[in-house]
Amino acid sequence: MLGFTSYYFGRKKAYTIQSTNKRLTALPQFYGYYLAIWCAIPAFIIYSLWAIFEPTIVKLLILSDYANQGYLDDELNLIYEKTKALSRGQFTGEVTSLIQTSSEKYLNLRSIAQSSKVVIVLCIIIASVAYAYKRISSNNRTREPVEKFFNAVLFTASLAAILTTVGIVFSLIFQTIDFFKVIPLFDFVFGTHWYPAKAFVRDSSEALDPTMYSDTFGAVPIFAGTFFIAFIAMCVAIPIGLMSGIYLAEYASYKVRQYAKPLIEILAGIPTVVYGFFAALTVGPFLKDIGTAMGLEVSAESALAAGGVMGIMIIPFISSLSDDVITSVPQSLRDGSYAMGATKSETIKKVIFPAALPGIVGSILLGVSRAIGETMIVVMASGLAANLTLNPLESTSTITAQIVVILIGDQAFGDPKTQAAFALGMSLFIVTLCLNIVALRVVKKYREKYE
Amino acid sequence: MNKNKEKLLAKRYSSEKRFQFLGKSAIFMALLFLAIFIFKIFSTGYTAFQKTWLIVPVNFDAETMYLDANPSKEDLEEADYFEISLQSMFNLDKNANEKQQNELKKMVSYFFEREIKQELINDPSLLGKTKDVYITASDDLDQVFKGNYPRDLPENQRRVTDYQLKIFDQLVEQGKVESKFNLSFFTYPDSREAELAGIASSFMGSIFSILVCLAIAFPVAVLAAIYLEEFAPKNRFTDFIEVNINNLAAVPSIVFGLLGLGILLAVFQLPRSTPLVGGITLSLMTLPTIIIACRASLKAVPPSIREAALAMGASRMQTTMHHTVPLSMPGTLSGTIIGLAQALGETAPLILIGMVAFVNTIPGSPMDPAASLPVQIYIWAESAERGFVEKVSACIMVLLGFLIVMNLFAQIIRHKFEKKWS
Repeated sequence: MLGFTSYYFGRKKAYTIQSTNKRLTALPQFYGYYLAIWCAIPAFIIYSLWAIFEPTIVKLLILSDYANQGYLDDELNLIYEKTKALSRGQFTGEVTSLIQTSSEKYLNLRSIAQSSKVVIVLCIIIASVAYAYKRISSNNRTREPVEKFFNAVLFTASLAAILTTVGIVFSLIFQTIDFFKVIPLFDFVFGTHWYPAKAFVRDSSEALDPTMYSDTFGAVPIFAGTFFIAFIAMCVAIPIGLMSGIYLAEYASYKVRQYAKPLIEILAGIPTVVYGFFAALTVGPFLKDIGTAMGLEVSAESALAAGGVMGIMIIPFISSLSDDVITSVPQSLRDGSYAMGATKSETIKKVIFPAALPGIVGSILLGVSRAIGETMIVVMASGLAANLTLNPLESTSTITAQIVVILIGDQAFGDPKTQAAFALGMSLFIVTLCLNIVALRVVKKYREKYE
Repeated sequence: MNKNKEKLLAKRYSSEKRFQFLGKSAIFMALLFLAIFIFKIFSTGYTAFQKTWLIVPVNFDAETMYLDANPSKEDLEEADYFEISLQSMFNLDKNANEKQQNELKKMVSYFFEREIKQELINDPSLLGKTKDVYITASDDLDQVFKGNYPRDLPENQRRVTDYQLKIFDQLVEQGKVESKFNLSFFTYPDSREAELAGIASSFMGSIFSILVCLAIAFPVAVLAAIYLEEFAPKNRFTDFIEVNINNLAAVPSIVFGLLGLGILLAVFQLPRSTPLVGGITLSLMTLPTIIIACRASLKAVPPSIREAALAMGASRMQTTMHHTVPLSMPGTLSGTIIGLAQALGETAPLILIGMVAFVNTIPGSPMDPAASLPVQIYIWAESAERGFVEKVSACIMVLLGFLIVMNLFAQIIRHKFEKKWS
């Protein structure tokens, strides 16, 4: 707040200076920016440093009263929490005189801190503005520092992507490490029984007993289910997506292409929860009816329904990527093939397809990574119990579905069940990361080859 | 020509035709899926925009409500409407026994008392008179009236009893059942009762999260794209950033949900279930999309523009900020809208950060707990009651409508404002 008000204050002042200045080394607004930056940034830095360190310092001051009285760290923390609660008027327990006095001291310190903060920040603003003002008056260069500052801002923004990746890794890794402290990595990767609900019955007062969890967090059925459903999805998506990509690129007239391409791409824009609803309500029961008519036992939440609908969702990814890839195959290859008397389909099958293969493989890999990471369709249309099965008519569960099942509702951090979800998330992240890197690299290599 | 060769040629031609047919049928299949899909949603969903009302005569008897002849506004607010509401339902069949009376009561929503109260508050002169009041029918009867509920099931498998059906049919014959536009679907928050459930709370939740997402993702993404495209030196570090962005664009959305849960909720202690956290999570997700779109449109600005500006003595920063960036804005904006449309349809990360909680108030700020439209679809789709099925479809229609509008908007911006360089 203070930063923002000072920003406008600084700019206004700068504009008045510029009118009196005769010879300028830069455009007038740079003087304004210069002053504004000098005004806001030091104050902002001090302000945020203050916000970070104030609680710690106040805590130290309060607890210095209790020093040398033989309290343990935990007790000191408790006393501090009580003090804070009391001064906020939220204390419910018994109020001792000791806590009463320290709470008064706490409030006192807070108000001192508050007023001194205002004073210091104001002083800083005045000092830095005065410094900047002097530099402006002596007609120093202003454009270069301002541009350097903006450059720094731009650079910081570009770090956001890295920060996000780091954030993902951090949020996953600590929980995952905690999880593997309780459950051996071997059991997780090779165990074949997944019943996280078993871990939940545990009385929270009991100490963690690793033997309880043996045979509870074996992730094989889940990994198998994930790849199985992704496989079904690709069985639907690859033929349809690839053929429509080829047709759009090679055969379709301009008009057909103009309408068919966006229409197919609508499929990619539909939210996945909508697909999930469709799979659970229409496709699942439909398959079940067909199954019963043919005398087969089909679960209403079959892997086939989830995988099939997921395949429909992936069609546009594969079709538009392979369309792009095929279009970028140089015309000379086609002409050469036609000159040899090949028909169009022979040219496509024998010349264009092999030439475009790396790009097509890349697009398929991206499709697989999407299928593995897809959540809502599986949560809504496939089962939630982890079955180790290869029968597409039964229900299976996937990594993403299990994460949702475990984390829906309230979570207790530190519980192996919650940590299991993060461990699953970690494996999901690693698998999709590898797929993406390989796919992107393949596509990039391919592009470079023909451009 | 040799006969064998002719045969071979015929074979090759038929294989050519087969191949073309395969291509055509693949496209046909994809479009067929789309058509089935849209048809299914619309055919189950359009009925949700209608709501069934029972017209029941209500006797506003002052004595039963413990009111005197000229009650003040507060008196009307405080009065006991339960008895007259109950009586008016029981009056539908004067010979009903206790069990049947109970069934009569269940023919309307539990809101009926409030609807009757509202009627009297709107027109206090009704006191002591009898008037026909529109009362929301229970969702089961609503479904029966719309023909979505099979009537020929045996009674014990139905949620509507034979007795209720009998009374309901009598009312239909008397013209006492009416279907009107379902305004409450848009103005009511979520409810456990299908006939009262509306999308207002999740709609506001979606709007707030999208606004938070826009406020964070747009500036950061545009600044990052400007840096990477215009200023970044070509070195290992910028390559690393680039690889990062491309990867983030393909990371499954649920992983972002875990990030929101593990960092925003657990470390920063932000409030659970709020559009604020949802918006931040979604903004991290849309960031790469916007960066990629913005970079593409910066790249499309021809170098001659930059060279002209530089030749006039502008600094690199001035060239970028005054010329390149404004020229690239249409592409950036349409990319942003498409990214936001993706974020609007996202469900899994929001479920993980707790936006799946049952919220029966309409949120007033991003700090209030809320659901969002796709999460609402999920919540309703998981409910067993039949009345929710059409609600889900209707909610999907609203959501799809929004996405279509956003995408159209993006197209319009792109076509209207984007300069074609030739």
